[in-house]
Amino acid sequence: MARYAAQRLLLMIGILLGVLTITFILSRVLPGSPVELMLGHRPTPELIEATKKELGLDQPLIIQYFTYIGEVVQGEFGKSLRTGRPVLEEVGKRIGATLELTTLAIFFVVLIGVPLGVISAVRQNSILDNGLRATTIAGMAFPAFMLAMMLQMLFYGELGWLPLQGRLDSEVLLDSTFPRHTGFFLLDTLMTGDWRAFGSAAQHIVLPALTLVIITLATVTRITRNMMVEVLSEEFIRTASAYGLPSRRIHYGYALKATLIPLLTVVGLTYGYLLGGAVVVEFVFDWPGLGGFMVFSISQNDFPAVMGTTLFLATAYLMINLVVDLLYFVVDPRLRAQ
Amino acid sequence: MSTPVLQIAGLRVEFPGLLRTVKAVRGINLTVTGGTVMGLVGESGSGKSMTAMAALGLIPKPGVVHGSVKVDGFEVVGRRDAELAPLRGGEAAMIFQNPMKALNPFFTVGEQMTDAIRCHLPFDKKAAIKAAIAALESVHLPDPTFTLDKYPHQMSGGQIQRVMIAMALACQPKVLIADEPTTALDVTVQAQIISLLRELVATQDRTILFITHDLGVVASLCDNVAVMYAGEIVETGSVVDVFADPKHPYTQKLMNTVPRLGAGDQNLNFIPGQVPDMGFPPKGCAFHPRCDQADDKCAASAPDYMIFNNDHKAACHRLDEAP
Repeated sequence: MARYAAQRLLLMIGILLGVLTITFILSRVLPGSPVELMLGHRPTPELIEATKKELGLDQPLIIQYFTYIGEVVQGEFGKSLRTGRPVLEEVGKRIGATLELTTLAIFFVVLIGVPLGVISAVRQNSILDNGLRATTIAGMAFPAFMLAMMLQMLFYGELGWLPLQGRLDSEVLLDSTFPRHTGFFLLDTLMTGDWRAFGSAAQHIVLPALTLVIITLATVTRITRNMMVEVLSEEFIRTASAYGLPSRRIHYGYALKATLIPLLTVVGLTYGYLLGGAVVVEFVFDWPGLGGFMVFSISQNDFPAVMGTTLFLATAYLMINLVVDLLYFVVDPRLRAQ
Repeated sequence: MSTPVLQIAGLRVEFPGLLRTVKAVRGINLTVTGGTVMGLVGESGSGKSMTAMAALGLIPKPGVVHGSVKVDGFEVVGRRDAELAPLRGGEAAMIFQNPMKALNPFFTVGEQMTDAIRCHLPFDKKAAIKAAIAALESVHLPDPTFTLDKYPHQMSGGQIQRVMIAMALACQPKVLIADEPTTALDVTVQAQIISLLRELVATQDRTILFITHDLGVVASLCDNVAVMYAGEIVETGSVVDVFADPKHPYTQKLMNTVPRLGAGDQNLNFIPGQVPDMGFPPKGCAFHPRCDQADDKCAASAPDYMIFNNDHKAACHRLDEAP
């Protein structure tokens, strides 16, 4: 297993290098230059030249590429051209918001999706099974931005139960001084016992998280259901029934454990998808995460910011999948033996 | 010890479909008395396994079961799963054809055995482990404590079948139903499992319904035998009577298929034709399309049982005419 993990880590480095290369090429090939952005209207040619030189953009592409790789390897991601602050700092400030939102969403997707899948499989082709299939797939088919806005209209506009957007009420934001240890506001406020801020954070996260849950629930439910249907026809399930085990133990113990490998894979992929795919949802709900930052950076030709964020998201995605792959060994004793 | 432990009466198992209803078992009667081994013999598709499944109420949907199955007087047919839980693995335990697939690959042998034991006996974890170890010892598995921590993939088919037998006997069932327990095993391992079962019958006075297509195994293990064809029992009696004087043409042919050393047979015998499609079973005697003694009567009406000495029974029109 340790050898496998080492192999996977090496592979990860290779993939990240690929990601770096592609984002580098894209950022240099796309039209528009960050220099103009930095210097505003009508800069003098001398100023442009000087700025290019300062940013290293006067060098041949290949030199720029190796310089960049060299810096990244040393943990130096450069400064955002737009804000002038280090990319690492910009990403660090926002990653908590994105991780909090996506983690909460994936948590509920599993919490809701897995039991729904099990129930669908146990009562396959019943009205319940077909009804769940229809509703979850409808949720997935809905465009995220439209769903997000409909939820806003309902829960903010009509009912007034939940806030429209943001991560905290502005008064709370001004008053509260809870430390940002984890970057997860729900946890940070809970740890300091700042109940007012906790309530505000909880209220704010409901709608964006709900949107993410609805658009990804179908994947997890359907996979659980289909794997369960397959496993329930296995002979070891018949053995368990022949020995009088309660159906709850058979379904949620014996059968569900046998579906865990494909299930973990899908949950991992969905989590990764949410990390990169939460952009629209973050945008609609004005959620101060990486998605919004990245969209803005792209539109402003902020190369270092785009590349730093991409690299970060790619790393997170690969890490999730690595963890999933290593969990296979925990779940399946047959893999452990090898 | 002549109390009936397993009584099957008028058992029918049907699978309704859109175009046809598959009649897997078509009204069989079978009684297994305490301390005896009943062999249920037949080709694949004759309804043997369905009979075994029905005995524990395990017929999957959309299967429909009619008639009566009583285990130690307890009616099985028509019960809900929850009502059957004490029976399954408690009063009647089952072992299966394919040991490599019969245990869950994600749980250890110990977890699965203690789970089953604790469903039926009021044991805590420790006591259940003790019971499991005792059961494993009784089937002569070396180092039972070590075996408990093993996963099924770390064991051989023969070892798992021993585990299955141990698991089946752990709760002291009234009857053990063995559904072709040796079919998937190597010949030498088959012999070991058969001798283990024979030992359990001899020393613990076990009652077994043994399902097989292997007449050799029946001869070496069973007291009584029932021959099944197309969902019906065509002949039944003590092993001694049936083997000495098989009455039904199907039984005779089945016995002829067993290769014998030194019999001078150059070719392996087989029964021409195939088991009928149970969606459309033949009219009259179900065996008549494959029977070389069949006439119009056989195609027209189903034969009744003729009774010979010692409860030896067979259903064939030819027997009426015999002197």
